[in-house]
Amino acid sequence: MSIPVFAPWDDPLAHPLIQFKNVSKRFGQFTAIDDLTIDIFEREFFALLGPSGCGKTTLMRMLAGFEAPSEGQILLAGQDIAAVPPNLRSVNMMFQSYALFPHLSIWDNIAFGLRRERLPKDQIEERVTEMLRLTRMESFARRKPHQISGGQRQRVALARSLAKAPKLLLLDEPLGALDKKLRQETQFELMDIQEKTGTTFVIVTHDQEEAMTVASRVAVMDHGKIVQVATPDKIYEEPNSVYVADFIGEVNIIKGTAKPDGEASFAVTWSDTAPPLTALSQTTFSADQDCHLAIRPEKIAISADKPEDAANAVQGKVLDIAYLGNISTYHVELPTGAIIKAQTANTRRISRRAFTWEDTVWLSWTASAGVLLAN
Amino acid sequence: MNRMSWFNTVSLTLGFAFLYIPMVILIVYSFNESKLVTVWGGFSPKWYGELLKNEAFLTAAWVTFKVAVASSTLATVLGTMAAYVLVRGGRFFGRTLFSGMIYAPLVMPEVITGLSLLLLFIGIGLDRGVLTIVLAHTTFSMCFVSVVVSSRLVTFDRSLEEAALDLGCTGSEAFRLVTLPIIAPAVISGWLLAFTLSLDDLVIASFTSGPAATTLPIKIFSAVRLGVSPEINALSTIMIAIVAVGVSIASLVTKYQMTRQMKEEQEAERN
Repeated sequence: MSIPVFAPWDDPLAHPLIQFKNVSKRFGQFTAIDDLTIDIFEREFFALLGPSGCGKTTLMRMLAGFEAPSEGQILLAGQDIAAVPPNLRSVNMMFQSYALFPHLSIWDNIAFGLRRERLPKDQIEERVTEMLRLTRMESFARRKPHQISGGQRQRVALARSLAKAPKLLLLDEPLGALDKKLRQETQFELMDIQEKTGTTFVIVTHDQEEAMTVASRVAVMDHGKIVQVATPDKIYEEPNSVYVADFIGEVNIIKGTAKPDGEASFAVTWSDTAPPLTALSQTTFSADQDCHLAIRPEKIAISADKPEDAANAVQGKVLDIAYLGNISTYHVELPTGAIIKAQTANTRRISRRAFTWEDTVWLSWTASAGVLLAN
Repeated sequence: MNRMSWFNTVSLTLGFAFLYIPMVILIVYSFNESKLVTVWGGFSPKWYGELLKNEAFLTAAWVTFKVAVASSTLATVLGTMAAYVLVRGGRFFGRTLFSGMIYAPLVMPEVITGLSLLLLFIGIGLDRGVLTIVLAHTTFSMCFVSVVVSSRLVTFDRSLEEAALDLGCTGSEAFRLVTLPIIAPAVISGWLLAFTLSLDDLVIASFTSGPAATTLPIKIFSAVRLGVSPEINALSTIMIAIVAVGVSIASLVTKYQMTRQMKEEQEAERN
């Protein structure tokens, strides 16, 4: 039995839950969001990723209702929400600082939103208990926020924002305050909760690993624009620009000029002395067009002898070795002076490592390993 | 415990002597048997008894108390509102000017404040009495409240208010249910400050009081001009006692709460 793939963005009939239509936001002279158009679908876990100041937080605050767009429209389930104040939107937000009310107990924090709806007492009680169970905080209900740990506060903040069963949940750097191990655990918890509740999540983060882990689609932002929106694997394997390739993970960028040499295949001239590299690309490049070949370090093999059948092979000298435990990254200097990073999994113990500093090695990769980018 | 160096011991002694010797002398002489203030005639609490029979002092004390409660409450409401608008109101025309102007009464000589209020009350034909003192005290203590409250609001995490709005509060509900309970300690200390300021104000009160209403500081001041009586010493001692007890309780409670919160936070992180 095959599980249907969740990909409403490929379905032309699907109705987006959120639509940004040519939205711009300016603060005085500064343009935070620049003519942005994007659709987000129901049940999606959508990540906004970018460096600080790229406009991702502004985008989220416009969804929550704390900022109004200077131009353009934001539709939620087909309705323009510009005139709807934050307290009347069926959108809830989990704040970066968690913003738990310090004078209220955990129970009262979670019940806060429900009480504003004037729900009957037993319904509130039921819903709060459910939320406490969902976030495994049952035994802390009577405590105040300062009496629980950072990780627990994060779960309470999540429970509080989910209590009103919003159509859309916004998460502003939700795991920023947690240490790395706890963060990884919590990422899976978040995904689990998102699936259980079926809520649409929009998460803002500057941590690319986090975005890749949790999101169904990732939008990479820069200077108020979305550079690329795609699933995590597409963003990683098929970035549409050097900016995206460089922002997500590690990458080697080799500058050169392209020349078509067959069906979707190009020869990349990158140095006066070395033979051209071969790269496959669906995008066409004209002869002598400037291009960038982006190759992930883990797609580059490192060997002592020149591999016979490799499409691309270059020789160099080991400059540096970064040992990360599970993997090692070799920084190899080519005769041209360029430095290429190659990664290998440390399947053997370190004492059996094949290469060391100053060794002459061969780097090789297939024609389809890299991505040819125009800019 | 570290032993203190002789230098520290001397500075501490000198400092505290400077601060407290006058008060200690006053307290000691309030238990003086003799009617002459400067001659020690043996221990006796009789002046405290005399004080209770002195109608004029009791009336003045009651007026002072009423004025302090009314003016500090009014000042707290107005001062908190002003602080909230100046810190939270965003940018509006003349905001910087207003923020500066609200602090001006802090440095304004009391004589000027008193005189200008007197002129105002005469101008609008308001008879001087309890009401005018209350209004005058509200005017000058409001800025103190606003300073205390706005310094708390500046460090207040704005996202708490946004979270309240996000969870369905209207603006006024967010203020009532979230902002006010959290800034309550600052509001209360603002009230206490306004209360004490009103309690011991002499200058402004003497400009704005009428024959119908005399506050305790005015009464004491006029009584002392006719010569210091042991009764005044007794009255002052009572005032010192009230203030001392109030301050000690307030600081003990704050200290207890802080240590408890710190302990609970440490415990929460350990588990």
